Amino acid sequence: MTTALKLRFNRKQLCIPYAAFLILFVICPLLVIIYFAFTDGTGQFTFDNLVNFFSNTNTLGTLLNSIAIAVVTTVVCLLIAYPVAYILARSKFKRKYVLLMLFVLPMWINFTLRITALKEILTAIESNIAMYPFLNTVIGMTYDFLPFMILPLYTSLSKLDKSLTEAAEDLGANGFTVFMRVILPLSVPGIISGVTMVLLPSMTNYVVLDMLYNSTYIMGSLIGSYFAAYDWNNGSMISLILLIIIFIITLATNRFSDDNEGARRTIL
Amino acid sequence: MKKRQRIIAVAAAAMLAAPTIALAGCTGTDETVVLRVSNWEEYIDLGDWDDEEAIDIENKYTGEDYIMGVNSVVDDFTEWFNSQDYGFEVRVEYSTFGTNEDLYNQLNLGDVYDLVCPSDYMIMKLLDEGEVQPFSEDFMDTSNPENYYINGVSEYIDGAEGSIFDEYGWSGIAACYMWGTTGLVYNPERIDEEGSDVTSWNMLTNPDYYKSVTIKDNVRDAYFAALSILYEDELNAINADSDMTEAEKSQARNNLLNATDPDTIAAAEDMLKAIKENVYSFETDSGKADMVTGKVIGNLQWSGDAVYIMDQADEEDTELWYSVPDSNTNLWFDGWVMLKDGIGGDERRQTAAEAFVNFLARPDIAVRNMYYIGYTSSSASDEIFEYFDWCYGAVTDPEDEEYYELDSGVYEYDVSYFFGDGYSIYIDMNELKTEGAVDTGETVDGTPIYTGGTINQGRQAFGQYPTEDVIGRSVVMLDFGDDLAAINQMWINVRCLDLVDIDVTTVIVVAVIIVVIAAAIVLYRFRYAIFYNRPRRRQL
Repeated sequence: MTTALKLRFNRKQLCIPYAAFLILFVICPLLVIIYFAFTDGTGQFTFDNLVNFFSNTNTLGTLLNSIAIAVVTTVVCLLIAYPVAYILARSKFKRKYVLLMLFVLPMWINFTLRITALKEILTAIESNIAMYPFLNTVIGMTYDFLPFMILPLYTSLSKLDKSLTEAAEDLGANGFTVFMRVILPLSVPGIISGVTMVLLPSMTNYVVLDMLYNSTYIMGSLIGSYFAAYDWNNGSMISLILLIIIFIITLATNRFSDDNEGARRTIL
Repeated sequence: MKKRQRIIAVAAAAMLAAPTIALAGCTGTDETVVLRVSNWEEYIDLGDWDDEEAIDIENKYTGEDYIMGVNSVVDDFTEWFNSQDYGFEVRVEYSTFGTNEDLYNQLNLGDVYDLVCPSDYMIMKLLDEGEVQPFSEDFMDTSNPENYYINGVSEYIDGAEGSIFDEYGWSGIAACYMWGTTGLVYNPERIDEEGSDVTSWNMLTNPDYYKSVTIKDNVRDAYFAALSILYEDELNAINADSDMTEAEKSQARNNLLNATDPDTIAAAEDMLKAIKENVYSFETDSGKADMVTGKVIGNLQWSGDAVYIMDQADEEDTELWYSVPDSNTNLWFDGWVMLKDGIGGDERRQTAAEAFVNFLARPDIAVRNMYYIGYTSSSASDEIFEYFDWCYGAVTDPEDEEYYELDSGVYEYDVSYFFGDGYSIYIDMNELKTEGAVDTGETVDGTPIYTGGTINQGRQAFGQYPTEDVIGRSVVMLDFGDDLAAINQMWINVRCLDLVDIDVTTVIVVAVIIVVIAAAIVLYRFRYAIFYNRPRRRQL
């Protein structure tokens, strides 16, 4: 009886639920987006939406603005998260996972609540938060996305074999050299998956931006405003452009760590 | 695309209608009609008032000697309707929307409502698209004393020849619910001494208020403000021109502020970019709290929300005022319209929908809604006037427990344009900023009475019912029509970062940072070749 059951469910059949989900909720919406992106309001095929985006200095500027915010956020996250993850991974505490949770859990309180609190703190420090919209947005985004950087870094650093660093020290390497030649290269998979998890969403997360009174759109708010104005065609085209940009970034990070089996595993 | 949506809508309507028809077939006339109503968020009394909140006005509709919201208005309506002899029962499916555009999108995506409450321009748009089901003659019949809406509504707004709804052709199409103006809420302690900055829309671009004023995050109010600043001189000239008749003036204002030609849009874009540079934020709802907590000094606001903010601030012991700029203001209305898609020719449904609108216009219910949401009802019945006096009228009788000394006298505040001849209340002179008011020589309980002059700044009373000359320089903002797409694109451009606007220092700083990082990486990578003059060791 059991053998019969086993035989009946081969691998291909096991992926049916996921395939159904994928087709219904990922592929279909994507096709709808592509349809809208290349048609105008009356349903005629057109490239106008594409031309609109690349011929308007305002929308191009928004793309640049999003990239700037995303890159700065990612760098700041990395600079803060790496030492934390390193300390956590190296701590002698027996239940490290508890320690990790102590660091990360408070950051998973509903983030609108946290941003509201952040707004008050920033007002207390800066007295008028509207003066520094870019800085505030980066702080808010960092606040929001830090756990997504800490967790993958912690995973890759805690898997790092301690005997490797000991060997390097035995061979006469100083602290800096050990870090640059042993620890950093071995944590690249963690860095890459952390960067992908922070860089891509921070290009589109406009709630933080809105709540901290940055009146300049990023890609997410741009798409949202087109949809709110009932202009689905331009909105879809920008979504598609963003999708392609994200695809290129993912491809590039994959290529960057091509010779690293671990990296590929963490991304895919 | 439109056609396909229609088909879906029809299919959906058919699916919804099928059980109703089936039910109608077997149970005769006493089944329940489900009335689908969609209204603005927080735009109706939800009840649950504290006992102290009871308003001291006799309620002849319930027989109580006070007006108070115990249950929500929707529940009260259902209970009242079902106790009447209509031959069927009603159940209200009440939902809300956040913006007119949200409502419009919902309708286009196939949501079906019987009764909705959009703003003036959205009513125009729905009317143009043939979605609106006009009200029946019974509803507009003034001889029936139970037609609260048509008997109660101010002749200034609807129901009379020359009223605003008559002028725009909305009479019998829409039933005005709330109305008001737009202006600036401000903190009088933090503006210039004469208070002249807040009498002009250019407070929004005034560098003295750099990053301390807010503007609405919606294209229509922003566009109106931009045009008001652009055409300020022209508008003031129109106001001062003694050769023009009122009708000509109003036409001239309309031409300026309802302009949607490409040149005007381009000029508005530049103006809005200047506003964006100067304001604290584009806000959807946060402006109220930011005003009360003192984060900002001024806030472009709808009169109803202005009243609400002033009330909130009073509780926090902050005094805020409301100003309608000298040049012009936007007069707006929110009105109930029935939709053909929802009503579908069903007489009972239409009866229920009309009864709902009528119930909202019943004076005690209108007072409850006004108290709860802070906006001004379209009704001009005596209870509303009593409520206005009860809220803002000065207590002149020294015996009264709420009496305080009226050291500057009282002002005879004339609201006859709205309520009819002879309606005015006494307001503490300290609650209004009058220019050229004269002492009448008369007194009320020993307090001198002032009258005349002009008023463009005041507190809640002024926000609730502006003076007639403020109304005189108001403009109803029409639907953008075919220019909507161009104006939306303009608005998106305003909110984006224009490549052209990026300043040179930013570009240089970013370039330097990138070069330094690149140099550091290159130097580290090739340090053996550069510094030690030997090939780089092969990495493990």
